[in-house]
This record gives sequence, structure tokens and C-alpha cells, in this order.
Amino acid sequence: MERDTNFVLGIYDDEDVLKEAVTKVRESGVKIHEVFTPYPVHGLEDVLGYRRSRLPIAAFLFGLCGTCLALTMQLLMMAVDWPMIIGGKDHAAIPAFIPVTFELTVLLASFGMVGVFMISSDLKPWAQPRIFDKRSTDDKHVMAIDIAVNAGMEEAKIKELLEASGASEVNNKSFE
Amino acid sequence: MQVTSSVREPLVTGGKTYKDVTHDVARQVEGKPTIGWMLGLAVSIGVLLLGSIAVGATVWEGIGMWGLNKTVGWAWDITNFVWWVGIGHAGTLISAVLLLFRQKWRTSINRAAEAMTIFAVICAAMFPVLHMGRPWLGAYWALPLPNVFGSLWVNFNSPLLWDVFAISTYFSVSLVFWYIGLIPDFATIRDRATGLRKVIYGALSFGWTGAAKIWMRYEAVSLILAGLATPLVLSVHTIVSFDFATSVIPGWHTTIFPPYFVAGAIFSGFAMVLTLMLITRKLFKLEDYITMVHIELMNIVIIITGSIVGIAYITEFFIAWYSGVEAEQYAFINRAFGPYWWAYWSMMTCNVISPQLFWFKKIRTSIVFTFALSIVVNIGMWFERFVIIVTSLHRDFLPSSWAMFYPTWADVGVYLFTFGLFFTLFLLFAKFFPVINMAEVKSVLKSSSEKVNK
Repeated sequence: MERDTNFVLGIYDDEDVLKEAVTKVRESGVKIHEVFTPYPVHGLEDVLGYRRSRLPIAAFLFGLCGTCLALTMQLLMMAVDWPMIIGGKDHAAIPAFIPVTFELTVLLASFGMVGVFMISSDLKPWAQPRIFDKRSTDDKHVMAIDIAVNAGMEEAKIKELLEASGASEVNNKSFE
Repeated sequence: MQVTSSVREPLVTGGKTYKDVTHDVARQVEGKPTIGWMLGLAVSIGVLLLGSIAVGATVWEGIGMWGLNKTVGWAWDITNFVWWVGIGHAGTLISAVLLLFRQKWRTSINRAAEAMTIFAVICAAMFPVLHMGRPWLGAYWALPLPNVFGSLWVNFNSPLLWDVFAISTYFSVSLVFWYIGLIPDFATIRDRATGLRKVIYGALSFGWTGAAKIWMRYEAVSLILAGLATPLVLSVHTIVSFDFATSVIPGWHTTIFPPYFVAGAIFSGFAMVLTLMLITRKLFKLEDYITMVHIELMNIVIIITGSIVGIAYITEFFIAWYSGVEAEQYAFINRAFGPYWWAYWSMMTCNVISPQLFWFKKIRTSIVFTFALSIVVNIGMWFERFVIIVTSLHRDFLPSSWAMFYPTWADVGVYLFTFGLFFTLFLLFAKFFPVINMAEVKSVLKSSSEKVNK
């Protein structure tokens, strides 16, 4: 693939400098490919203009499935298929079904949401990610700018912009 | 904007930088095992092997190997089960409840506490599984599958089945929560490693890059998992307490059990976290991350939960008297002054009196006292489970069937087995996984480290 192989990297030491830099770079019209940080930097998603994650919705829907599954299962087994009086309780002893219903709601909500997170973020044991700079999982914040995407702008200009925004280093990175 | 406090004690001392955090935590994973660690592992595996003789005998001969009799049909097995489940509670509490309350001090201890939860739940699960007599069929019986002789199902009215769902959900969700938190740190180790270690940690890190978009989703996932795990912490021990509270046995049939069990679980869980963390920080030289602030805050949680447990003991007595039910009154007088008086008073001394010593700042900021009292609390909580279970059962409704419980070598051996298993797993975790959540500690470094507060 032609695109997406040559990048300019801005390396930042401080999260606050990084956030200001992201704002400056975006204001100048340069498109940022992605920012890599060693820990979650709060507020970075706002300056990058990311939309809020919809994972809570996924969790809610999976949780709802868990509730329905648990109630249906218990009612079918205890009240329809093999009704028995246990402890003087009704066949459809809803209060007695609450603990299992709660647990299955939590189980499905958690697993469903984590599954969606893994799939949407392309996280899997056999994944071969492109590492822009190894220090981004240690102590540096790395801003990657795709040269092909910003074809209208000279590479030197982008580098200047990154340096001016407080980057401690500006590098090139190419992938095969 | 970072909000810093000059009043609060720093959470990371020693003027650490981001690089130092990576270096100090990854050092254990990357370096050769220390002698202390190898010695600990050898002892743990030794205990595990010794205990496995008792497990083997139980499986081979049946649970007749245990000291149970027809009056005391549950004793050490359920005592150990409830105790181990309780131990596990602090992990989820630290990682979930404290995350929801935005308590930054959780970041240094959450990883190890969650690991402790998982290993403690595995140990807990050993007991009901072995108590089934034929454990290889146990999984089949506990699942909602129709009986082979007809469409008779598992009983959803039974608290024992609720336990199956509660414990397995708790275990799975805790495991996922723990693993999600480990992924960024595995990536850090992957990026520092070469050769086989790079391949292994590469697979474990699931291709994590630290992209801002994925961090955003990661934080959303963590927060929702915390929100889901918080009621789970309360529900699990509440459901465990239903094993007793929904019965009609005097001493068990009490509405105070759910909150009392939850408080007791957090109490013993924090004590075990302290026991483990004090050893870990010393062995792995992590004093700058697990500071006196952490120890003191955990001790404060112990005072609070210990006091709740103390009030619960007194309330039980009051309600037994106030209810006017003779059997209930007898059960409680028998607990304090009957043949198991020694167990009852051990429980009272360890759980009610000793944690009150933490009101003194000198004691709660002393490593030696904290370590000793954390073990005392764990012993006390074991006695609490034992007192509840055995003293209520050994005096039946029919005096002709009154009996005492005497543990056999198999009872002791199975308990030892779980200790061996727990410490073996914990030591392996401490060596091969980053024992402190590097990413989260880095995220509080700017606002809560010693450098900032100066």
C-alpha cells in the first residue's frame, strides 16, 4: 500500500505540553494520525476531537441480554418444564431468581463489552502492531503524522511545526 | 490542569521519573529470580505437594476422610471456603470501588490485590468442589443442564446454586478486569525485551500500542467494569451469607448476615493485602511505591471494617435476646460459653479488640505491628467462620444427636494444599507479571509524586 508508510514523529516529554501541541497542530490544518502515550492522558481525547466511546451502550445491551436470558432460563426450567414446589415457594419464584439474574446480567455485560472493546481496538494475542517508537510505552508521548495524508504540506513545515509546539525530538519513521 | 496538594502526603516517593517506574517494576520480571523468591516458591510448592496427598486421599476415598459427622455436616470445608472468598474481596474493592471513588492511592496496590482475589477464589472453589465427593461430576451437577434421568433441573431456589453463579461470575469478571489492566504493562515489557521473552509478552500484550483512541476506550471499559464489579463485591458475599441466612438453624437465620459478611470479607481481604504487600515491597524493593501512606490508609479501612464486624457481633447477641426465641438465645450463649468458647473468644480478641490498636498512629504506621496485626486479623476471621458454622451445627434440635467436630489429617491437609496453591500462584505472578500497575502509577506521578509536592 502506498499510503500510510511514512510518518513524522513528534516526541514529547510532558502531557500538558502534548495536549497544547495537539491543539496547535490541529489548528494549523495538519491531520494527526494518532498519539501514543505510556499512560492514559485525561483530556487528550477532547483535543484530538475523538467522539465519546459507545462502549457503555454495548455494556447496557449485553447486560439486558443477560437479564432476559437468566429470567427466561429460570422460568422455563422451574415453572414450565419441571414445576416443583420448593420451600413453599411459587413455581415462578421471581425473588429467588434475582441473585442468578443479577450475576448473569453482570457477566454478559462485562464479557460483551470487553469483547467489543477487543474487536474494535484490534487487540488479539497474534496481533503484530506497528510500533512507532518503543519509548511510547515507557516515558515518552509520541505524535505520529502521516506524510501521505498531509500531502498538501511540506515535510519540513510539519517538522518545524512540531518543534515549535514543544517536541523534544522530531523523527521520521517508515514502515516496509 | 493538574491539581496538586501540598497538604497530602505524596503517593510515590524517591523523586521517581516515568522511566524509573518502568525500570523499578520491570526489574523483577526481567532480572534473575532472587534467592528469597526461590526459597519462598520452594516452600510453597512443598506445602502444595504435601497438601495434595490429602486432596488425593479425599478424591480417592471420598469425604469420609474428613472429620464431618451427621450432626456437623459442614465444618472446615465451608469455613475455609467462606474465609478464602472473603480474602478475595479486597482486590475487587481496591480496584473497583476505589476507582469509582477516584482514590489515587489504589494505583500502587491494585494489581497485586486483584491477583490475590483471583488466587483466593481458586482456593475457595476447591472446597465445594471437593465436598461434592465426586468432583469430576461436580461441574456437570452445578450447571443448568437437565438431569440424565429426566428433565429435572438444578434448583434455582437454592442459595448453594446462587453461590455457583456468584462465585463463577466474580471470578470471571475479576480475571477480565485484572487482565485488561495488565495489557498496557505487558506492552511496556514487550518493548524492552528481546528473543523469546519478546514473543511471549508480545502475545500477552495483545498488540497494545498505547494509541490515544484505545486508551480512551480502555478507560471507559475500566470504569464500567468497576461499576459492574462494585455491586458484584457486595453480591458475592451477600450470597455466600445466604447459604446460612436462608436456613432455619439458630445462629444462622439472621438478616444481619449479608452486610456483616461483606464487612468481614473486606476486613480480612485488606489484612491479607497488607500481609502480601509488606513482604512484596521488601523483597522487590518497592518501598517508594507502596509507601507508609498506603499502609496507613489500608489500616484505616481495617479499623472501619473491624468496627463494623464488632458491632455485628454485638447486634447478633442483642437480637438473639430481643427476639425471645429460646433456641437462638441458647445458640449464642453456647457460642460464648459452650465447648467452643476458645474459638469464640479467639475470634473476639483477634477481630474486635486487636484492630482497635490501629487508632494509635504509632501502631498503624509501624511495619512490624501492621504485619503482625494483619496476620492476627486473618486468624480471627478464620475463627469467625468456624464459630458461625461449627457452633451452630454441633448443637442440633435433638440433644441426642449433639456432637463435636474434630478435624482429621485430611482436613488439615486440604487446607494446607490451598495455602501452598495460593502462595505458589502469587509468587509466580510476582515474578513474571509486573506487580505494580506501571501505567496507572505513571498517570498519578505528575499530581501525587514527591517531586510535585516539594
